[in-house]
Amino acid sequence: METIAEKKMINVTVNNKPYKVGGNQTIMQALDEVGFRIPRLCYHPKLSIEGACRVCIVEVEGMRNYVASCAFPILEGMKIRTDSNDVRRARRDIVELILDNHPEDCHVCERDGNCELQRLAYSMGIRKRHFVGEKKHYEKDLSSPSVIRDPNKCILCGRCVRMCAEIQKVSALRYAHRGFHTVVMPAYNMPFSESVCTACGQCISVCPTASFVEKGNCMELFDKLTNPDIIKIVQIAPSVRASIGEAFNLDPGRAMEGEMAATLRKLGFDYVFDTQFSADLTIMEEASEFLDRLQGKGKLPMITSCSSAWMKCMEQFYPDLIDNVSTCKSPMSMMGSLIKTHFAAKNNMDPKKIFTVAVMCCTAKKYEAQRPELQVDEMNPTDMVITTREIAWMIKCAGIDFLRIKPEKFDTPLGVSSGAGVIFGVTGGVMEAALRTAYELYTGETLMDIEMNDLRGFKGIKEGKVVMDGKEIRIAVAHGLGNANEVLEVVRKEPDRYHFVEIMGCPGGCIGGGGQPYANSNSEPLNEACLKKRAEALYGLDRTRTIRRSHENPDVQRIYKEFLGRPLSALSHKILHTHYKAKEPRGIISKETKVR
Amino acid sequence: MEQTLDNKQAELKTFIDGFRDKEHFESYLIAVLHKAQEIHGYLKKDVMDDIAREMNIPTSHIWGVATFYHYFNLKPIGKYKISICLGTACYVKGAERILNAVKKELGIEMGDTTPDELFTLQITRCLGACGLAPVAMINDKIHGELTAEKMVDILRKYRKAAMAEAAEKAKEQQ
Repeated sequence: METIAEKKMINVTVNNKPYKVGGNQTIMQALDEVGFRIPRLCYHPKLSIEGACRVCIVEVEGMRNYVASCAFPILEGMKIRTDSNDVRRARRDIVELILDNHPEDCHVCERDGNCELQRLAYSMGIRKRHFVGEKKHYEKDLSSPSVIRDPNKCILCGRCVRMCAEIQKVSALRYAHRGFHTVVMPAYNMPFSESVCTACGQCISVCPTASFVEKGNCMELFDKLTNPDIIKIVQIAPSVRASIGEAFNLDPGRAMEGEMAATLRKLGFDYVFDTQFSADLTIMEEASEFLDRLQGKGKLPMITSCSSAWMKCMEQFYPDLIDNVSTCKSPMSMMGSLIKTHFAAKNNMDPKKIFTVAVMCCTAKKYEAQRPELQVDEMNPTDMVITTREIAWMIKCAGIDFLRIKPEKFDTPLGVSSGAGVIFGVTGGVMEAALRTAYELYTGETLMDIEMNDLRGFKGIKEGKVVMDGKEIRIAVAHGLGNANEVLEVVRKEPDRYHFVEIMGCPGGCIGGGGQPYANSNSEPLNEACLKKRAEALYGLDRTRTIRRSHENPDVQRIYKEFLGRPLSALSHKILHTHYKAKEPRGIISKETKVR
Repeated sequence: MEQTLDNKQAELKTFIDGFRDKEHFESYLIAVLHKAQEIHGYLKKDVMDDIAREMNIPTSHIWGVATFYHYFNLKPIGKYKISICLGTACYVKGAERILNAVKKELGIEMGDTTPDELFTLQITRCLGACGLAPVAMINDKIHGELTAEKMVDILRKYRKAAMAEAAEKAKEQQ
């Protein structure tokens, strides 16, 4: 990134005061630099410039009309006004006109209190309404198990369209029709569930309103929790504990592990288990599978299979690489599978009476939960998935004092995890965890330097090397489906370039998942500083663990001794592994869109 | 001339191949959609799927373009395409009455096709024949100085001609 010092500095006047700002950028960026923050809506720093909403207008001397500051370059000698009554009134009118074609149902809306449009309307000073006009009326699309699309709440900012095309390269969404009738929709207005949508939920992350929200299961879960005839078992993903505090107005980066265990117990779950335990188990299976492939049993490079959005993406966009994908189920599904087999049998429970819930950072996991490929003994491993946002709401609704709760431990035997299981939640983490174990399984020696800095951080694509017994293992890590595309194109062209590839569907990995808390008023969706702090929370948990390698987890060792035998045993294959198939519609990746 | 489906596909593919070496290949999408409509009569879903694969353009984008321009038909259209002009001059001279007469005679709404696939009703803005207002276009032929009665007569003539043609064809086949 270019720093301010490297940019050619130019002189401008803002509200009659002189400023030196970097050239070669937009008016908005220049004003951000010197302490202004022009109201904005369709703009997002990680997406291309749309200039659709006109909220960010400023006055520029010599220009006949107001200028959209997000889309106009700053120039030497420019005289800009951001604060005149006229421009403020014009901005207010623009926002009011957007509101005019928007349902007035804030107090019953999913995003009440978390809505960018609501905040904007307040800060623009809309206290009475001047305009009344026609409103649109469309059906909600409820077809997807993960994401609800409600065109009535859409203000056509296009952030979801750009997110889906530019960062994820999935292009499930686009504007269709024109003028007043414009609607953001999948191709042929087909139901979401039949489109190429990977269910990643990033449209929800960037949507300023409630045009995209997750398919909620909270009320159903409250019902289940009060049912005495079923056994309620919950698991929680690593990245939920790294972000849940934000939903309670805490600064990002607080790791709330014990707090979550205690809270879930208070909510009424009979057993509180940790997805990090099954992450350790995944590592045992996946590392063993990798070593098998390295010895000629199966295709290389091996590609990870934990991310459910990536799995759907792979089936539609890269069916030719199916044999490269690890057969391991995701940690969530491994946990569910174990609960309904080993755990039920050991405790004399009827698995049909067990109700398994997974608290995930992810909307695609809702889709994964109902995949027939993952069933064991004709049962779904996971009966319900709720997102970080949903559990935060449930905690508030149930009246639990989350901020002052005393931390507790997870239940045994599926609750103890190593540091390797923790870092699954951040991009590069699965690879790092797998190598900690694979190295030892392959060489018989312990890997001393276990923090792999090459694999950490938020570069779109990270590459690294590990030498095991003189053999060089080349690895790549990609997060976000757009970055994944670039790595997979390399894999298609040069199959020998890498041995092992980690792919996570969302930017930043699971910590940036589509089910994570909405950005607050001081931040924006996908803010990298925020993602960094969530990652740091997980790395911090890893550092403070005595056990940091999956194969050293005593409960994992026990489950192999008592039940599974060894990694990749016939029983492991039956319960913990699966196979994927190509899917229609085939996804198409445009060369036009570039990822930043 | 009736073409088989394979021929139609091949013709569209040849047309697309003609642009393949050009800079910004993707930008020829509109031309390709025009051609597809010329070949198939309207833009079917599987034709748009083919174009998406051939041109490496996401289907959602193709759908966006196809729905943006009124020129593109997303439903099959009839043998006779009726375009009622609702431009200013025609409107002032009573185009709405013509439109209502057509709707009543054919029993269809705007954008629809009659069940016998004979007529499709569309509206258009100024055809540049304001001197003859109100006007309607049926396929490539302009009909001017219309009244509701005159319009209904014209439609009946077209229907009669089509039925005679069909009867002729049936006779030939026997």
